[in-house]
Amino acid sequence: MDHLPILPILIPMLAATLMLLPPFSTDVGRQRVVAFLGLFVVAGVAITLLKMSLGGDIQIYQLGNWQAPYGIVLVVDRLAILMVLLTTFLALGALIYASAGDDRGGVFFYPLFMLQIMGICGAFLTGDIFNLFVFFEVLLLASYALLIHGGGKQKTQASLHYLILNLIGSSIFLFALGILYGTLGTLNMADMALKVRDLPEAEQQLARIGGLMLLIVFGLKSAMFPLHFWLSRTYSSACAPVAALFAIMTKVGIYSILRIHTVVFGENAGELANLIQPWLWPAAILTLGVGTLGALASQSLRQLISNLVIISVGTLLSAVAINTVQATAAGLYYLIHSTLVTGALFLLADAIAGQRGKASDRFVRARRMSHSLPLGVAFAIGILSMTGLPPFSGFVGKVLVLQSSVGAAQMAWVWGAVLIASLMSVIAASRGGSTLFWRISSESNEKGKVAAPKLFAIYLLLSASPLLVIFGGPVSHFTSQTATQLYQLGLQPGLLLPSMPTGSSE
Amino acid sequence: MELVYAACVGLLTTCGIFLTLRGRTFPVVMGLTMLSYAVNLFLFSSGRLALNSAAVLGQSDHYADPLPQALVLTAIVIGFAMTAFAVILAMRARADLGNDHVDGQEQGSDELADKEKSK
Repeated sequence: MDHLPILPILIPMLAATLMLLPPFSTDVGRQRVVAFLGLFVVAGVAITLLKMSLGGDIQIYQLGNWQAPYGIVLVVDRLAILMVLLTTFLALGALIYASAGDDRGGVFFYPLFMLQIMGICGAFLTGDIFNLFVFFEVLLLASYALLIHGGGKQKTQASLHYLILNLIGSSIFLFALGILYGTLGTLNMADMALKVRDLPEAEQQLARIGGLMLLIVFGLKSAMFPLHFWLSRTYSSACAPVAALFAIMTKVGIYSILRIHTVVFGENAGELANLIQPWLWPAAILTLGVGTLGALASQSLRQLISNLVIISVGTLLSAVAINTVQATAAGLYYLIHSTLVTGALFLLADAIAGQRGKASDRFVRARRMSHSLPLGVAFAIGILSMTGLPPFSGFVGKVLVLQSSVGAAQMAWVWGAVLIASLMSVIAASRGGSTLFWRISSESNEKGKVAAPKLFAIYLLLSASPLLVIFGGPVSHFTSQTATQLYQLGLQPGLLLPSMPTGSSE
Repeated sequence: MELVYAACVGLLTTCGIFLTLRGRTFPVVMGLTMLSYAVNLFLFSSGRLALNSAAVLGQSDHYADPLPQALVLTAIVIGFAMTAFAVILAMRARADLGNDHVDGQEQGSDELADKEKSK
């Protein structure tokens, strides 16, 4: 039981390695079984960890039993395990969809998919900032390869841009780490938080630069304005299960901002307290604006969803920028909702594109979809929750975010930007949806039905939306506990160091 | 020593940034390589520069900080793998898109082709 925290990293890695070995390497069917088994085990581990963390315990796993802050630690607190669980659920949906045939579009789909999950889980669990960099690279390398899965000109081009941007991002990350290690002398997040409080004045400017460079890196990952240009093309060219899994990637950036800039550079960082807030505000509002414009200008369903992703990133960033426990809790609720619904919508876009022949998912007049009823219902649910209309989870999430901004200095900006973005995305989505479903040039020529696993995957992910409303009470209670714990860690980072009396490390 | 070191890092970074802003994939890959060299040197210096001091216990009176060396090793390995991947992807893009521009199209090539067609 002591070794549970490392399993969400180890199991996908071992599963990926196993799939490359002879009995599995040639047979996609066998790889599929291994992938599903691996994912179910990870989900089981994550649920067990969640149960343990419900009581408020923070588990600290010291790799190789090296004493922190010198060794590397994994930290399982509520936030980390929430994100891991979200990843496995999203990945389950994507895998079910992929098993209907998309996994044969290229070799090594499943090994790469598992490596990607390993990288994402690692980034969520680690308590060491250099380790965060390493896991970023693991998940990026897997995502570069997954992005060109299926092949084609568009994918190669999008992948090249994505690769170059992220390599530059990695360089900036390393520069920032060098600066922070040079000034703080440690890379353990909790230890950094302790050291940053009484930093000599001469070093403060350097640490400030390091902290802001980290914001650039995380902003690039989360598609914050003006670093969002890669997102639309990348997401709309990736094949459906990959795009669905990528829905969690922007959230990795948001998570890192929350983790680093709340725990390390949070309220108690002395002179450096809240150093990103002045930058995060305009960035969040502008991200909302840019996403709105992009949504209105979208020519295809995938582009539209990509721009809705940017809008959701803007909403999340403004929740982070408000920087209170309540706002963070609201942001986390919105994060769960937007990840799952985005994933479902990308899967849905692919299913719709498969039914419309040459027109694909572009907003043009085309032949009737032969299987339009289940797709139409899914489209309505997905778009209603994504744009934040009642009775689905997007509405609750947005209300929570708006509520938490009451009293903040920038309240007017947040309300204005979020509400206008919602209105405009409703307009864009209804324009797109009515073209997709109602502007019909000819009757369908019996192209066949959408495969049952695909529909199941779409509805599985979409079911999160009504469920998040029905169980809104417990979920928002949990997210507010999570946010409270995060801010408490900002107050007492010593809780993350096993040498301090925490009573939870074993 | 510090001045020379800092100047080298600065120069490498400058060249790296300049090259990554070029339009063709080969200079961009070179630029990424230079940036990663600059980063490696920079990381190495984050433990402070020291002469004649080993990072091994019992070898000298002054110790160098071993952690940046470990970090640099990790960064080198990752950077190496990423560069290799970038080269492969650039070659794939050359084959798929028919040219080596980062954007996948020659500057102004479409207009030229159109003009020739109209003649």
